[in-house]
Amino acid sequence: MSVILETRGLTKNFGGLVAVDDVSFALQKGELLALIGPNGAGKSTCFNMLMGQLPPTSGEVYLDGDRITGLGPRQIWRLGVGRTFQITATYASMTVVENVQMALLSHNGEIFRVLPFAHRMYRDQALALLDMVGMAAQADRHCAVLAYGDLKRMELAIALAHEPKLLLMDEPTAGMAPRERVALMELTARIVAEQGVSVLFTEHDMDVVFGHAHRIMVLNRGALIAEGNAAEIRANPLVQEVYLGGGTVFGGAETTDA
Amino acid sequence: MQRKTFIKGLIAAGALATLPLTAAAQDPIIIGEINHYKRMAAFAEPYKMGMELAIEETNAAGGVMGRPLEFIFRDDQGEPGEAVKIAEELMTRDGAVMLTGTILSNVGLAISSFAGEKGYVYLASEPLADSLVWAAGNPYTFRLRSSTFMQAAMLAEAAAKTNATRFATIAPNYAYGKDAVAAFKENLLKLKPEAEFVAEQWPALFKIDAGAEVQALERAKPDAIYNVTFGPDLAKFVRDGTDRGLFDGRDVYGLLSGEPEYLDPLGDEAPEGWTVTGFPWYDLEGGPDGEFVKTYQARYDDYPRLGSIVGYMTVQSIVAALEKAGSTETEAIRAAFEGLEVDSAMGPIVFREIDNQSTMGAYVGTTALQDGKGVMVDWEYKDGANYLPSDEEVRALRPAQ
Amino acid sequence: MEFFVAQILTGLANASSLFLVACGLSLIFGVTRIVNFAHGSLYMLGAYIGLTLMEALPGHFGFWGSILLAGIAVGLIGVVIEMLVLRPVYRAPELFQLVATFGVILVIQDLALLIWGPEDQLGPRAPGLRGVFRIMGEPIPKYDIVLLIITPFIALALWWMMTRTRLGVLVRAATQDREMVGALGVNQAWLFTGVFALGSALAGLGGALQLPKGGADLLMDFTILTPVFVVVVIGGMGSLPGAYLAAIIISVLNVFGVTYIPQSTLVLMFIVMIVVLMIRPYGLFGREEVAGEHGQVGEPEEPIKPASAKVRAIVAAGLAMLALLPLYGGNFALVLTTDILIFCLFAASLHFLLGLGGMVSFGHAAYYGGGAYVAALLVTWTETPMELAFLLAPLGAGLIAIVVGWVCLRLTGVYFAMLTLAFAQLLWSLVWQWQEVTGGDDGQVNIWPADWLNDNTVYFYFALIFSVGGILTLRHLAHSPFGYALRAARDSKRQAEATGIDTRRVQLLAFTFAGFMGGLAGALFVFSKGSVFPNELEIVRSFDALIVVFLGGVKTLAGGVVGAGFFKGVEDVLTRFEYWRLVMGLLIIFVVVVAPEGIVGSLRRAWRRFGPGHSQADTATEERRT
Repeated sequence: MSVILETRGLTKNFGGLVAVDDVSFALQKGELLALIGPNGAGKSTCFNMLMGQLPPTSGEVYLDGDRITGLGPRQIWRLGVGRTFQITATYASMTVVENVQMALLSHNGEIFRVLPFAHRMYRDQALALLDMVGMAAQADRHCAVLAYGDLKRMELAIALAHEPKLLLMDEPTAGMAPRERVALMELTARIVAEQGVSVLFTEHDMDVVFGHAHRIMVLNRGALIAEGNAAEIRANPLVQEVYLGGGTVFGGAETTDA
Repeated sequence: MQRKTFIKGLIAAGALATLPLTAAAQDPIIIGEINHYKRMAAFAEPYKMGMELAIEETNAAGGVMGRPLEFIFRDDQGEPGEAVKIAEELMTRDGAVMLTGTILSNVGLAISSFAGEKGYVYLASEPLADSLVWAAGNPYTFRLRSSTFMQAAMLAEAAAKTNATRFATIAPNYAYGKDAVAAFKENLLKLKPEAEFVAEQWPALFKIDAGAEVQALERAKPDAIYNVTFGPDLAKFVRDGTDRGLFDGRDVYGLLSGEPEYLDPLGDEAPEGWTVTGFPWYDLEGGPDGEFVKTYQARYDDYPRLGSIVGYMTVQSIVAALEKAGSTETEAIRAAFEGLEVDSAMGPIVFREIDNQSTMGAYVGTTALQDGKGVMVDWEYKDGANYLPSDEEVRALRPAQ
Repeated sequence: MEFFVAQILTGLANASSLFLVACGLSLIFGVTRIVNFAHGSLYMLGAYIGLTLMEALPGHFGFWGSILLAGIAVGLIGVVIEMLVLRPVYRAPELFQLVATFGVILVIQDLALLIWGPEDQLGPRAPGLRGVFRIMGEPIPKYDIVLLIITPFIALALWWMMTRTRLGVLVRAATQDREMVGALGVNQAWLFTGVFALGSALAGLGGALQLPKGGADLLMDFTILTPVFVVVVIGGMGSLPGAYLAAIIISVLNVFGVTYIPQSTLVLMFIVMIVVLMIRPYGLFGREEVAGEHGQVGEPEEPIKPASAKVRAIVAAGLAMLALLPLYGGNFALVLTTDILIFCLFAASLHFLLGLGGMVSFGHAAYYGGGAYVAALLVTWTETPMELAFLLAPLGAGLIAIVVGWVCLRLTGVYFAMLTLAFAQLLWSLVWQWQEVTGGDDGQVNIWPADWLNDNTVYFYFALIFSVGGILTLRHLAHSPFGYALRAARDSKRQAEATGIDTRRVQLLAFTFAGFMGGLAGALFVFSKGSVFPNELEIVRSFDALIVVFLGGVKTLAGGVVGAGFFKGVEDVLTRFEYWRLVMGLLIIFVVVVAPEGIVGSLRRAWRRFGPGHSQADTATEERRT
C-alpha cells in the first residue's frame, strides 16, 4: 500500500490559540481513516486546512507525494479530492440529477459554455453516480424537497463525480437518524472497496467509527494523542481519559459492533 | 385651494373620458402641450391657468380661422424620454398641429431635438437653456421666454453700474447654474473689465449645505454676490445668509429671485435690496401686462405668477402664428413663426428670424418687504432684444443648416 | 482657527437631522431587514405635519411641542404602513418589501400634494432663536447651536433605550438573530411594528427639527434619501453609534468640501462611502452578514427547464403578432411598443443578475444610461456612424460593469447593493458635472439613427430584433452550463467552490454581461428618442427596473419581462390622469400584497392549485417550463 495523503507538522494558530498542533499522519490508498476527538479538538480546522479553506501556520500537506500546502479549494478538488460537508451544501434550486451534473460540468471544464443545454449534459454519468448511492429513483425531484439523509447521499454522489482518489468527509452522518447513519457508512465502505477511493472522515458517532473505520486517529486540544485500530483505540487509557472515562461511549459501541 | 385642485383633477379625468368637450361646428385646431404637471406642480399650475385663460378668450372671440382652439395637456413626469413619446402620440394620433410646453430645460431640449428631426413645430415656452436656440437650435424650435443669457445680461448691466469689483457667485451645480454664471461673467467683464471673481460656489441642486456655503462666501470677502440658486435652496441660502450677516453691506444679484414662484415662499424673510429679475404683478397697471393681471385675477380669484403670463403669451404667440400662417400645415406654421410679431401681454415681441428666440423681456428691480411679503420695487421692464449677442456671434453659435 | 471651529460647528448642526433620519432607517433595517425606501417620505411628512402644527400652536411650547407631536404622528403613520403594507409580505423573498415601500413613496407624494399644495413652504423660526451667537467672533445661528446640543442627548436617550430597557434588549437580539426573539416568547409581529413606528417617528422628528433651517417641499423625500442611505451604510446597517458617527463625518467633510473644493458637492459623499466600504466592507460598526441572508432566502426557486414545444409555439405566435403590429397598429402603437420592448430588455438584464445571479444591484441604470451615453458621445464627438456607435455602446457599458463588478463583488447582500448604487451615482455625477464633454443636464441631443433606420416602422423592427434577441439570449443563457454555474454560485458558494467552480469569476462575467445587455437597451433607447440626459443614469431609473423585476417575480424566468411589459403599459394609461402616482402606488402595493411571489410566480401557483385536470406533481413539471 502506498500513501495517498500525508501531513507533516501541520499547525494552525488563531492569535495566541493553537487550534491544531503539529499534526502528522499518513493515509494509505484504499483506507477508511477516521479522525475523532471531543468538541473543539481541532477536527474542523484540520479538515479546512486539508481542503485549502484555511492556510496552515506551519507544516505541509502532500497529496500523492505532491505538496499541496496553500492551494485553494478549487485546485485541490481538481487534483482529485472530493469532499462532503458537515451541514449539506446543495444547489437548492436544481433537481437532484442537476446537482450532480453541475460537478461533472465543472470537472470537464465546461461551466463557461453558453450554447448547449446544461440539463442534457453528462446526464447518464450523473444518473450512474446517483444509482451508486441509491438515489436514481429520485433523480428528477427538486432537491429542496429531499429528506436530509437523501441530501447527504446526493452530496456523496457529487463528491464522487470527478472520480476522486481521496474523499474528505466532515461528519458525514451528522443530523441523521441512527439507521440512516449505518446505511450511509456501509455505502461509503462499499464505495471504498469497489472504487479504490481513500477516505478520511471525522465523526461524532462512535458506532459509525468503530463499525467501519480501518484505522482511527484521536485528536485532543489540537494534538494527535492516539492512533490505531478500533481495539487499540478502545484500550488506550489516554483516549479513555479524554472521553471522560469513556465507559459509556465504548460500551455502546461494543454492542453494535458485536 | 387644495380642494379645488382635487376637484379639478376629477374634472380633468372626466373630461378625458368625454372628449371633446369643446364640441363646435368646426373641428378644433389641436395643440399638444407637454409639461411636468406633477413634478413641478407649483410652476406648471399657474402656467396652465394662464394658458386656459387665453384659450377661453380666443374661443370666445371666435377661435382661430373660425375654428376653436383646443389644447391637450399631457404630463411627462419630468422625463425627457416620456416627453418624446408623448410628443409622438400628440402629433400622430391626437392630430395636434404643433407642440408646446415644458419648464425643465432637458425636457425642452429632448422635444426640440425630436421636433427638428421629425419636422414638427415646437414652441418652447418656459425652458431657459441657451443651447435650445443656439448650440442645439434647429429650424423647427422656437423659444418664447427670455433665456438664461438674456436675464443674466440684464443683471450684469445693473452690476456694472456699481463700484463693486470683487464678485462671488453661487449657483446650482448643473447646466443651468453654469450657463447662468458664464453669461453673467461674460457680460460683466465686457462692461467692467476690472471685475474679478473671488469665489464660485456650486451647491448640489436642492441639496445645498447653506451654512457651509455662506461661510465659504463670507471668507472670500466679496463686494457683491451673484445668486442663481432657487427653490428650497434659495430659502435656505437666504435664511442662513441673513442670519450670518452675509448680505450686510453687499450688493446681491439674484437671477429669477424676484419671480413670485421663488419670492413668495420666503414670506417675511424675503431678502431686501437684492437686484433681481422677476414679475411685479402687484404694480402693473395699464398697459397690456396690467390688463392681463386684472383679467387673470377676475377669472381665478388668485394672483398671477410669472408662469401665468408666460402661459398666456404662449397661447397668444400660437394664435398669432396660426393666423399669420392661415393654415395648420407644419411648414406654414414654421414659416409664420419666423419673424413673427406678437402683441403680447408684455407688449410687442418678435420671434427673431436669426435664432427663433423671442424678444420677450424681463422685469428687473430691487427687492423690498411690504406687508410681510417680498416684492420688487423700482423695477423696469427690459426689452429682451437689447440683451442678446450680436448677430455674428449668434450665427457662429447656431449649427450650420 | 476661528473659521475652522465655525465650520466644524456648522457640520455638527447639519448632522442632526441626518442622524435622526438615518438611525431610524438603520433601526428598521437591523430588526426587520426591510430596506425602507419610503423613509424619505416619512421625513417629508414630519416636515409638513410639523409645519401645520406650528401654525396652529403658538409660542415656545407650541414650537417644541409641534416637533414632538410631528414625530409621534409620523410614528403612527409608520404603524399603519407596517400593518397594512409590510406585514403581509414579511414572508416574501427578501428585498421584495422594498417594492412595497416604493409604492408607499408614490402614494405619499400625491397625498402630500393634495393636502399641502404644490408650493414650497418655508419653515417657521424657532421662537427666540433668530439670529446668531458669536463664537470666537464667527457668527453661528442660534438654532444651529441648539441643534448640536440636542442631538447628542437624543442619541444618548436612544442608546439608553437600546441598552437598558427590555425593548432595547429585544431589538438588539432581533438585530443579531431573528429566530432568537421567537424563542424568547415575544410576539415578533408587534416587535416589528413597534420598531417600524420608532424608526418612522425618528424620521418625522428629523423632518420637523430641520424646519427652522429650511422648510417643506415635495421633493425633499428623494433629496434626503441618498445621503441617509450613505450614512447608514458607512455607519454599518443596524448600528446606532455607526449612524451617529457617519452622519457627523459626512456633514463635517461636506462643509470642508464646500469651502475648499466647491465643485465636489455631488461626489464627495459617494467617494467617502466607497473608500469606507473598501476598507471595512460592512461599514464602520456593521456586522458581517450571514451568508445568504439576502437575495435568495425564503422558499427556494424551482428547477427550470427549457420551454416545452407548446410554450414555444405560444411565444412564437405572440412574437408573430408583435411583428405584424405595423399592419394593424398605428404609428403611436409602434412607438409605445418600441419603448416597452426596450424597457423589457433592460429589466431582463437586471433580472438575469438578480434572479439567476442573486446579485441585487441598486445601480443598474449605470449600464443602461452608460450605454446610451457611450453611443451619444461617440456620435457627437467622433462622428461615429450610428451602426458602429450602436454596437460599441453595449461594449462600453460592459466595460463599466466589469470595473464596477470587480470592486463590488467583494461584498454581498445589501452592502453589495449599496456599493453598486454608489458607483451609479458617481457615474451620474460625472455626466451631470462634466458639461464640456457630456453636456451636463443639457444632455446629448440630435442622436438619430442612420437614414435607413430613421422611420418608426423600421426602427420598431430594429428594436424588436435586438430586444427579443437579447431577451432570448439571456433566457437561453439560464439553461446553459454558464447559467447553471451562476445559479450554483448563488445557491451554495461553498459547494460550488468545493467542486472547482470559480464563483467570483462566474459572477463577474454575469455582472458584465448584464451590464452589456443593459447597455444594449440604452443604445436602443438613445436612438429611438434622439437624445439622452443624465436622468437615464439616476437612481429612479435603477429603481424602475428593480421594481418591475420584483413585481414580475424574481424567482421565475419570465418575471422581468412580464413585469416590465405590464407596468410600462399600465403607466402609459395611468399618466393620463392627474393623480396617477396615487393610483400607481396603490396598484404596486396591491400587487405586492396579493401576489408576494410576483405576477408570474403567483399566477403559476394559482394555476397549479386551480388549473384544469392537473395533479400536483404533473403541474410542477409542466409549469416550471413557462
